[in-house]
Amino acid sequence: MENLLNIFVKSIFIENMIFAFFLGMCSFLAVSKSVKTAVGLGIAVTFVLIITVPVNWLLENYLLKPGALVWLGPEMAKIDLSYLSFIMFIAVIAAIVQLVEMVVEKFSPSLYNALGIFLPLIAVNCAILGASLFMQERDYHSITEATVFAAGSGLGWFLAIASMAAIREKITYSNIPAPLRGLGISFILTGLMAIAFMSFMGITI
Amino acid sequence: MKEPLFSSRNIKLLSGPLNLNNPITVQILGICSALAVTVQMKPALVMALSVTVVTAFSNLIISSIRNTIPQRIRIIVQLVVVATLVIIVDQILKAFVYDVSKKLSVFVGLIITNCIVMGRLEAFAMAEKPWRSFLDGLGNGAGYGLILVAVSFLREFFGSGKIFGMQVVPRIMYENGYQDNGLMILPPMALITIGIIIWIQRSINRDLIDKS
Repeated sequence: MENLLNIFVKSIFIENMIFAFFLGMCSFLAVSKSVKTAVGLGIAVTFVLIITVPVNWLLENYLLKPGALVWLGPEMAKIDLSYLSFIMFIAVIAAIVQLVEMVVEKFSPSLYNALGIFLPLIAVNCAILGASLFMQERDYHSITEATVFAAGSGLGWFLAIASMAAIREKITYSNIPAPLRGLGISFILTGLMAIAFMSFMGITI
Repeated sequence: MKEPLFSSRNIKLLSGPLNLNNPITVQILGICSALAVTVQMKPALVMALSVTVVTAFSNLIISSIRNTIPQRIRIIVQLVVVATLVIIVDQILKAFVYDVSKKLSVFVGLIITNCIVMGRLEAFAMAEKPWRSFLDGLGNGAGYGLILVAVSFLREFFGSGKIFGMQVVPRIMYENGYQDNGLMILPPMALITIGIIIWIQRSINRDLIDKS
């Protein structure tokens, strides 16, 4: 339990997807102009992460890892399919995003309308594939750990984009040098926020 | 009429992304990886080369088969082509420059979702001839590489006094009280460095300034 809490807190604050690894930066900068859309995208990303990471965990541990095929019989223990992981992960993500899109459209049209174009675009959001690849690299021991990690990363991403959108709404009327307006100042703001987030470094529970 | 391979229109495809149409500072594509691999110059250069190769060849392949791809499943088709190319690049890196490949860790895999690749496929390769698409891929890869190398040069030079891992700030400076700026090695400075590069670029090319 302590371990799970540790993973959760770590993935939200210390190893925040945006501020520590810059994953999902493109949509982070493009969609953080208003708080409302930012919150919508944040929820969608969290949602997709919580589904895709456990699925990819199963795939990794029962199909791709060296020796993972041993459940088929002892003679399969030598097979190493790990070079297929990129293509498998991205296929799973693309398929699940499509599936989630259809389910949401069927059961909650209002949420579907709120998310709009962002839902299909999540398939190419680096944060989603990044989480699966980090899951593979860090070798989580159980599917619970992987799920908790996904939830934490999603929440961290949500937190980052929502606060960024709030700041950008605030600075609309600030007097910024013209060449720095828009993209430039967003970069510098994100940098400053990342420095703030670094103060969480080294916290363990 | 057949135009020559390097007509001025085609040269523009190569040179445009280096400055006025730069994928990172103007089109806002491919930022994720640009920031994470720029602590040192060597990984940055390897990353830039990998992205250039993947962008150019995926543009070429998608453009050659663009008329046979059904509109509805084009994203999946593009992802499969890109993922295959990235697997090849990853295996080559692991075989020849293993230490750099370890340093880049997940970021090689993340070339698949690098927005430059997908963005250029959607915006250019789906509508243009193979040779022009190939040049467009090369140009955008080079524009990406230019920013990557610039940022990593600044960060490595000021952060650890080295270029390509070689000491360039002389020892006598350290003895007289010079210190490396440790902040430059930390991830947030990558963002701020790019912010400043954008500032400089837009001050020179005033057309690029955001109107809003």
